[in-house]
Amino acid sequence: MGQWDKLASNRRARLARGRALGRGKCVSAEQATALLEAVIEPGDRVCIEGDNQKQADFLARCLVAVDVSRVHGLHMVQSVLALPEHLEVFERGIARRLDFSFSGPQGARLARLVQEGRIEIGAIHTYLELFGRYFIDLTPRVALVAATSADRDGNLYTGPNTEDTPAIVEATAFKSGVVVAQVNELVERVPRVDIPGDWVDFVVPSPAPHYLEPLFTRDPAHISEIQVLMAMMVIRGIYAEYGVNRLNHGIGFDTAAVELLLPTYAEDLGLKGRIGRHWAMNPHPTIIPAIESGFVESIHCFGSELGMEAYVAARPDVFFTGPDGSLRSNRAFCQAAGHYACDLFIGSTLQIDLEGNSSTATLDRITGFGGAPNMGADARGRRHASPAWLRAGEEARAGAAMPRGRKLVVQMAETFREHMQPAFVARLDAWQLMERIGAALPPVMIYGDDVTHIVTEEGIANLLRCRNDEERAEAIRGVAGFTPVGRARSRAAVENLRDRGVIRRPEDLGIDKRDATRDLLAARSMKDLVRWSGGLYDPPKRFRNW
Amino acid sequence: MTRRPARHSYYEANARQRLRALLDPGSLREFLGPEARATSPHLESLDLPVAFDDGVVVGSGGLGGHAVLVAAQEGGFLGGAVGEVHGAKITGLLERALAERPRAVLLLLESGGVRLHEANAGLIAIAEILRALLALRAAGVASVGLIGGVYGCFGGMGIVACCCDALIMSEPGRLGLSGPEVIETEMGVEEFDARDRALVWRTLGGKHRYLLGEATRLVADDVAAFRGAALELLEHRRPLALETLAAEHARLEERLERYGDCRDAGEIWARLGIAQPQRLPLLDEDEFLAAAAGARRGGT
Amino acid sequence: MEHLQFDFPGDPAAPAPHPHGPGYVLVGVVSSGNLEVLLEPATPGGGCRVRVDTAVAGYGAVWRAVLAEFCARHRLRDLTISINDMGATPAVVSLRLDQAFEELERGAAR
Repeated sequence: MGQWDKLASNRRARLARGRALGRGKCVSAEQATALLEAVIEPGDRVCIEGDNQKQADFLARCLVAVDVSRVHGLHMVQSVLALPEHLEVFERGIARRLDFSFSGPQGARLARLVQEGRIEIGAIHTYLELFGRYFIDLTPRVALVAATSADRDGNLYTGPNTEDTPAIVEATAFKSGVVVAQVNELVERVPRVDIPGDWVDFVVPSPAPHYLEPLFTRDPAHISEIQVLMAMMVIRGIYAEYGVNRLNHGIGFDTAAVELLLPTYAEDLGLKGRIGRHWAMNPHPTIIPAIESGFVESIHCFGSELGMEAYVAARPDVFFTGPDGSLRSNRAFCQAAGHYACDLFIGSTLQIDLEGNSSTATLDRITGFGGAPNMGADARGRRHASPAWLRAGEEARAGAAMPRGRKLVVQMAETFREHMQPAFVARLDAWQLMERIGAALPPVMIYGDDVTHIVTEEGIANLLRCRNDEERAEAIRGVAGFTPVGRARSRAAVENLRDRGVIRRPEDLGIDKRDATRDLLAARSMKDLVRWSGGLYDPPKRFRNW
Repeated sequence: MTRRPARHSYYEANARQRLRALLDPGSLREFLGPEARATSPHLESLDLPVAFDDGVVVGSGGLGGHAVLVAAQEGGFLGGAVGEVHGAKITGLLERALAERPRAVLLLLESGGVRLHEANAGLIAIAEILRALLALRAAGVASVGLIGGVYGCFGGMGIVACCCDALIMSEPGRLGLSGPEVIETEMGVEEFDARDRALVWRTLGGKHRYLLGEATRLVADDVAAFRGAALELLEHRRPLALETLAAEHARLEERLERYGDCRDAGEIWARLGIAQPQRLPLLDEDEFLAAAAGARRGGT
Repeated sequence: MEHLQFDFPGDPAAPAPHPHGPGYVLVGVVSSGNLEVLLEPATPGGGCRVRVDTAVAGYGAVWRAVLAEFCARHRLRDLTISINDMGATPAVVSLRLDQAFEELERGAAR
């Protein structure tokens, strides 16, 4: 008989080395680097918890500081590369291989390191896909996670930003891995148990509270008239048209404008109670006016947002909160909810080709995907019906015998970005990026066959109603404005599509462009948002002028 | 819903939109409008963009049926900076007022000061505006300044604002002589951190200017609120006399004495006897006026 | 600065412009990423003459396409269009042009 508990006995050896450095599960900040040297072995798969908001920043710094002769050749498996330390482990030779989802601020540096051959990328995933692989073939040997507080038994309280922690710890702890948590404070009793103590091996009080990124805060002062116009089109041409009640909003000013038009434009159109009732999204500050106006019934969150803590805690009918009163977020569950339980995903993009493939990749940045591909994909496994889903399905499957719905997947883009970069292109930059980094696939955020509507300042293209690829390309050209792709349109074909309602201009939707002003926004400044919240929203300092 | 901000934000509107909403409907008549193309020869010679009205709208209109003359600076164009043509349009309007004697002159001020591209001409223009404004006041024609735009009111136009009979401000409007960046550059970041937006608004914003007695009225960011205040102030005069000047000097001396050692506007509010001064920036106008009642220093 | 001029043929069957009030329409402001558009009636029997003064050089072809589409879509004639631009995107240019046209229409409806 072979040996069947090699992982477990290896784990016992690691724990024994680690236990020597502290008292029970508690290890001091001074000993944290030594702890990592003791429990991590060369070639390990390691997850540094890097979420959208919460960062295990102290443990990341400790990992950068380890003795490279003891810890090297690591394979990093983590959802977000947010901090410089996440790449320094590669620059120092501590880590070699990387599987991840999103790299936001580190995208340019990541591209450089990949081209220099200092990082091997396994794959760029969606969140659910990476979490899935944690349980199949990318299980971490060691997970370095972050929590708000812990007790001496290792019970963790994650506060409003639970985010990825349950998925990471579940995979690591139950496959004989080692879980190390940095916590802002050690307490006698945690306000609620988000992660049970017997799943956690070591607790390190960090010298400073973990870093939180206010990733979803958009100052209404920066919303443009064009974004107001596009938001008007989305509300009239899509939300009202399909009766969209269960939805997910991506990050950005385009969707922030939609949120801020609900209590004004949508309410004036009599749409309260008819659209936008149930949401999967972070607590965007710009959703406050819609909540206060009575549009929103429920919101489940991937993570929280800095400054929204007191407001969320005071609206437990809307948000999912724990017995301690604070938000309980969970990225894995919210992603699953966004994928299966929502009728619509809407988000901004940077490039769209004539098949409708949508990408945020540019030549000098590897940004990854985050959650958009999971939300922005038809849920092929969905079996429950809703009016919006059925209506979209009818449009897409005209004449098919078997009734089946479709998820509405909406991409918003102005035809030109800053510096006159066209958003519509014959060939995505993603192809060139694929060649440069030697990837197997071009990093496409949302595939064309999942996109149902494209919204630009020129109008809405409803791709569901296109009968073939040629028509689809012409519909895309028909909203591509004065980009080279848009100027190559056939005027007659576009007018024909407009007659059939495949392309709809603002005037076709009954929108007077003179109304497209910032005066239509329910909040025009951060202070307006605070007032809507009754003083409960407390924006980070950099967003305040008071 | 009371928390929905005003339909016609003064802060968001451009100069013409402000005038159209401020004056009686359809009553605005522009002098030297955009079709006259009185653009800046200086900007053109520097190969820079020009505006058909050189960044200021001047004209006549009605305010509650009263004849008024108006000037509105466009903050969007070069921050409302005063150049030769821009300044001459305002001076010309004030001189016309001296001849026509309208019920009042309304100055919708939004300016960073003198346009650096035409510095000397701009400086002279400010002097001419001040002279014309004081002549108008001496003649008893009411002058009302309105400040509530994105760029605030600074430099020479800050002086012009303080020379009006009355001044209406909203909180987002700011008033000062040197702008925050200028103070930081001249005196150092320890004296004034221009990137600290909260400090900038506390020190230069409408609420503080109202509490110090520099703004006559503090109104919501709503063109209709500005209109209402302007209508109330048509009778408001500060006689141009030696006693006025002496009283003003005494007021400034007293201010220096009482608050000269304060490092922040918040300290001044506390000394004015306002409870929980740190909450002032978040109060809406009605709540603020209630909190400020009795504490405000006398002034214009 | 780049100074562009375009002439587009008018549609003789279309109604002539009737700006209300002062006899012109002005929308927009010369600020970063923005532009001002001035519409004025021109000698009858002509098309549309457009002058563009722009701070961003090198996009003459895009300007021509945006303006030609605007003039054709609204069947404009006997009109002078003057533009001062500080780097507006085609989206903003089109929005301003349409806003100016709607102002013009409102004048004609009076």
